[in-house]
Amino acid sequence: MNYRWNWSILLQEPYTEWLWSGLQLTVAISLASWVVALSIGVVAGVMRSLPGGALRAVAGVYIDVFRNVPPLVQLFLWYFVFPEIVPESVGLWIKRDLPYPEFVTAVVAIGLFAGSRVAEQVRAGIEQVGSHLLPAALATGLRPMQAYRLILVPLGLRAIVGPLTSEFLVTVKMSSLSLTIGILELTAQSRHVENYTFQGFEAFTVATVGYLVIGLCVTGLMRLIDDRVGGAALRKASS
Amino acid sequence: MSNFDWGIIAKSWGFLAEGMALSALLVLVATVGGLILGFGLALMRLSQNRLIAVPAAAYVTVMRTLPLVLVLFWFYFLIPLAIGRPIGSLMSALIAFVMFEAAFYCEIIRAGINNVRPGQTEAGLASGLRRFQVMRHIVMPQALRAMTPLVLNQIVIVFQDTSLVYVVALHDFLTNASIIAARDGRPTEMYTLVAVVYLIICLSSTKALDYWRKGRAA
Repeated sequence: MNYRWNWSILLQEPYTEWLWSGLQLTVAISLASWVVALSIGVVAGVMRSLPGGALRAVAGVYIDVFRNVPPLVQLFLWYFVFPEIVPESVGLWIKRDLPYPEFVTAVVAIGLFAGSRVAEQVRAGIEQVGSHLLPAALATGLRPMQAYRLILVPLGLRAIVGPLTSEFLVTVKMSSLSLTIGILELTAQSRHVENYTFQGFEAFTVATVGYLVIGLCVTGLMRLIDDRVGGAALRKASS
Repeated sequence: MSNFDWGIIAKSWGFLAEGMALSALLVLVATVGGLILGFGLALMRLSQNRLIAVPAAAYVTVMRTLPLVLVLFWFYFLIPLAIGRPIGSLMSALIAFVMFEAAFYCEIIRAGINNVRPGQTEAGLASGLRRFQVMRHIVMPQALRAMTPLVLNQIVIVFQDTSLVYVVALHDFLTNASIIAARDGRPTEMYTLVAVVYLIICLSSTKALDYWRKGRAA
């Protein structure tokens, strides 16, 4: 193998600056998408756990569609197709006046994709605690709505903090797709540095370490939440 | 919606089918190669020897933390360097897919093997079978049964993953559609078509799989 190592390239301007801004963008897209995913996922997951009716069916369609179209295709739909099929005034506003259009599009697309995965976890969590607790809650005189709001949803969400860790990690990985619509996040910037300097080893190593560090932070954070209020805390309290 | 031009799909059918053939090739190679390499990694991870188990675990963890796009870039860059001459993007993408999916298949296979209770291995060894025979005749038949639905599910995920070769300009189904979308200025029709085709294939596969799984469990 014939390769000229040059790790000092990473300390030269503008490459340090590029990689650092890429890391920041990756973190920003991941966090924003995760907020979208959690919000949509919890709502859809609760709807999906209902015993029947239109809400359950709507959530089912959402989950089926968004889990079975590749995320990159979803991103292209939001970016290229969505502005064309909405009413003209809305489409014009998206194209002309929407601030940071690529960023917003990426967050919406990744958030909705991850949300469909989160929804499945939420449904599983609610069904897991609900099989025992729903009859008990109804027997104490709570109405179904109250049983959901006061017992099933809070306990179901606490039970799935562990499984949600991997969904959070999937969201971080998916943030790299945004490079296809021109966002210079971590993966894009490492490629960028490789193209300019031919030091691919160094550039891709930085990106790899970046994702590993983000992954460790996510895992650590979720474990902390799990220990304080999540499934681990519930198991401790019940034993 | 009225100015949708569906004729564009009929005109570009052959080109799209070529793309789908490449997507299918990627799925096939990634699955066969990924299962073989994943099986090796799973055996390494289950080894008593830490010098064998720890590197395999590290490999799997790193691969599962990285985005596939970055892995594609890594191999696109590394493989010509390693073998000393340029190599097509198809070859490097195939290798990247095998290396990436192997980490996921490894975890499925490992879970399947762990699913078989240790008492069975002990009983097999006590009855005089050798380790390889226990694996071959007692553990693997049961592990295979447990892991089959997960492997089939992973194949659907691999099929979705193959769309990412867009970033190394390989002509898969999505990339070919995007080429026509750009050439003829018809992104709405082309991307809608792509989404519908993926949806039909993936959704019918997962539903069939669920149905089969429920029938088997009953």
